[in-house]
Amino acid sequence: MCTRPKGAHDHSGSVIVLAQLTPGQRATVVGTIPRANPGVANRLGQLGFRATAHVDVIRRAPFGDPTIYRVQDTELCLRRREAQLIEVVPEADR
Amino acid sequence: MTACHDVAATSVAVAGIRRVALVGSPNAGKTSVFNHLTGLRAKTGNYPGVTVGRSVGTTRVDGVTIAVEDLPGTYSLDPISPDEQVVTDLLAGEYADIDRPDAVVLVADVTTLRRSIMLVGQVLRLDLPCLLALTMGDELTSRGGRIDVEALSTALGIPVVAVVAHRGSGINTLRAQLASFDRWPRPPILPPPGQEEIGAWGQSVLDAADYVAPQPDQRTRRIDRVLLHPLWGTVIFFAVMFYFFQVLFTAAAPLRDGIAHGLTWLGGQVAHHVGNPVLRGLLSQGIIGGVGTVLQFIPQIVLLFCLLAFLENVGYMSRAAFLMDRVMAKTGLEGRAFVAMLSSYACAIPGIMATRTLPSSRDRIATIVTAPLMTCSARLPVYTLLVGLLIAPRTHWWGFSAQGVTMFLLYLAGGISALIAALVVKSTVLRGDLLPFTMELPPYRLPSPQTMLAAMWSAASMFLRKAGTIILGTSLVLWALLNLPVQEAQTHGLSGTDATAYVMNHSYAADVGRAVEPVFSPLGFDWRTDIALVGSLSAREVFVSTLGQVAAATHPEDPRDALTTMTDDHSHRVFSAPMVIALMTYFVFALQCMSTIAVMRRETNSWRWPAFAFTYMFGLAWVMAFVARSIAIGLGA
Repeated sequence: MCTRPKGAHDHSGSVIVLAQLTPGQRATVVGTIPRANPGVANRLGQLGFRATAHVDVIRRAPFGDPTIYRVQDTELCLRRREAQLIEVVPEADR
Repeated sequence: MTACHDVAATSVAVAGIRRVALVGSPNAGKTSVFNHLTGLRAKTGNYPGVTVGRSVGTTRVDGVTIAVEDLPGTYSLDPISPDEQVVTDLLAGEYADIDRPDAVVLVADVTTLRRSIMLVGQVLRLDLPCLLALTMGDELTSRGGRIDVEALSTALGIPVVAVVAHRGSGINTLRAQLASFDRWPRPPILPPPGQEEIGAWGQSVLDAADYVAPQPDQRTRRIDRVLLHPLWGTVIFFAVMFYFFQVLFTAAAPLRDGIAHGLTWLGGQVAHHVGNPVLRGLLSQGIIGGVGTVLQFIPQIVLLFCLLAFLENVGYMSRAAFLMDRVMAKTGLEGRAFVAMLSSYACAIPGIMATRTLPSSRDRIATIVTAPLMTCSARLPVYTLLVGLLIAPRTHWWGFSAQGVTMFLLYLAGGISALIAALVVKSTVLRGDLLPFTMELPPYRLPSPQTMLAAMWSAASMFLRKAGTIILGTSLVLWALLNLPVQEAQTHGLSGTDATAYVMNHSYAADVGRAVEPVFSPLGFDWRTDIALVGSLSAREVFVSTLGQVAAATHPEDPRDALTTMTDDHSHRVFSAPMVIALMTYFVFALQCMSTIAVMRRETNSWRWPAFAFTYMFGLAWVMAFVARSIAIGLGA
């Protein structure tokens, strides 16, 4: 829904949130957005969504949510709400 | 063995027995390792204060018994929910009545080691003797990955054992190691604190072990392309759920009837051989009837857990939850709650037990307290009787059988009200859960027979030991209410049905019925209906036969004729249309089932939630029945 506002320190411009990617795209994780709850951000990191990790968007559920991602050799599904907390750089853009 | 003790109490800490805890992330194969180590000797219970299930078993190595505890699956030791707090607290020894384990066996899926190395690092920092059991080694090789187990052991500084959990290979090596945990090598330096530092440490360990991660599982990709297809995936999902429900609903019925026949025969034998009528009634109806109430749930529970264990372990359950998540999210729940809700259409008891697959305790409780609104099979005989009293068999509405349409509406009302209730509960009393919705979709794997057997066995034995005793107790109380005091002199010379009716109309239950009459009279129920309502607490379908006995019907199982003509003291028909409508509405909402309450108590580990559920459902039932009756009277029915 909301695009990432300007101000992401080192990758400004090409940094978007994971929820904006479409199935088939690949991206590199930058981190979590600053206003993410630290506990949740920490958990997403432990699940594999940590800086420099590669994410593949595999598929979306029939009604558009949740979405399956492949990260660190596992397939995980996240709802849009959590996918909006993760900042990524799409790989084609690099 | 102290098998009958409650593990939530102190009995697990059998003096002198050394304790090993299994720690690992969900889907790591931890429970499979546990089942292979302990066989079917696991005891289940709850951790103090939470609804998290606890299982402890024992294994014997060289004549020494070692207790093995299967901790809940966890991705890290930084808890963000009360459920996850359990693992952290237990490993830190922060429970007053549970000792800190003496050693830890980490279980990690070697195909996802890049992720789980973080948990390994966190656990090593606890400075307990540690061993790493690597599962799914066969899959790693077949998908083009590799690891040097010796080098990994050196890099970590702890013993590493490769096990293939579903085949049981490597289990004996692991078991032999358990005896000597005080001689296990310990890491010379602990991993660093902090997420980034542990990440770097993990990478260096994996590099030292020459770890190459496996390729994505192509078979899983191909299967998912069909099973998660927007159209075909949804069609297959509904087919699977339909079949699942059919099995639960119909395949369990003959087994349940078999149990009922056996117990009827036993009751007949008792009736034949016991002279004293009170003792005879107590034995044949009270005890054997009560045991029957408990046992009739067993086929459904065993079947449900067989199917659940299969779907879960094969990997389909998370796919089903993925497909249904969007729909369930509207109620504040998540995809995994769907199966529990669906099962409750057969019976709320297996449905409530199926909530164990939900990781969030708020979701679990919200599902438990709303699942009984689903139209369970015990409501069917009640609805059949009431619909029959209300609508003549050949009436048609828009070309459909009016009885069928009414029945369908009653079923629909149950489902919709359960989802609305879940929404209300989740946005009020159970609001605010930090736990993000994350769900792993593991590769498709064939489950081992041991895993399925263990799931069936533990569900059935838990139900019998924990809920069965409460159900049997309440059945006995209800029997006493309906059959005492003894009326031997007064019923002398009366026919069988008249005598039963006389005893019931002068029983303690009749006193209860008259006492609660003011509560129910605004709904149009008279005290005889109230007796049947009291009796139906043992199981809803008992309403039909109790009403039959109260009305002195010659066929208590089908009392329709006796009821249509039954009149009150002012010779008004008792079962008028508005009253029957009120009664039907009451049964849609009321938690009229002691067994469900007993299982709620067991699964939530407190009386608070069953009390909450009973109260709100009673309130809802009363108000809705009153509204329905008023509307019916207003429309001139």
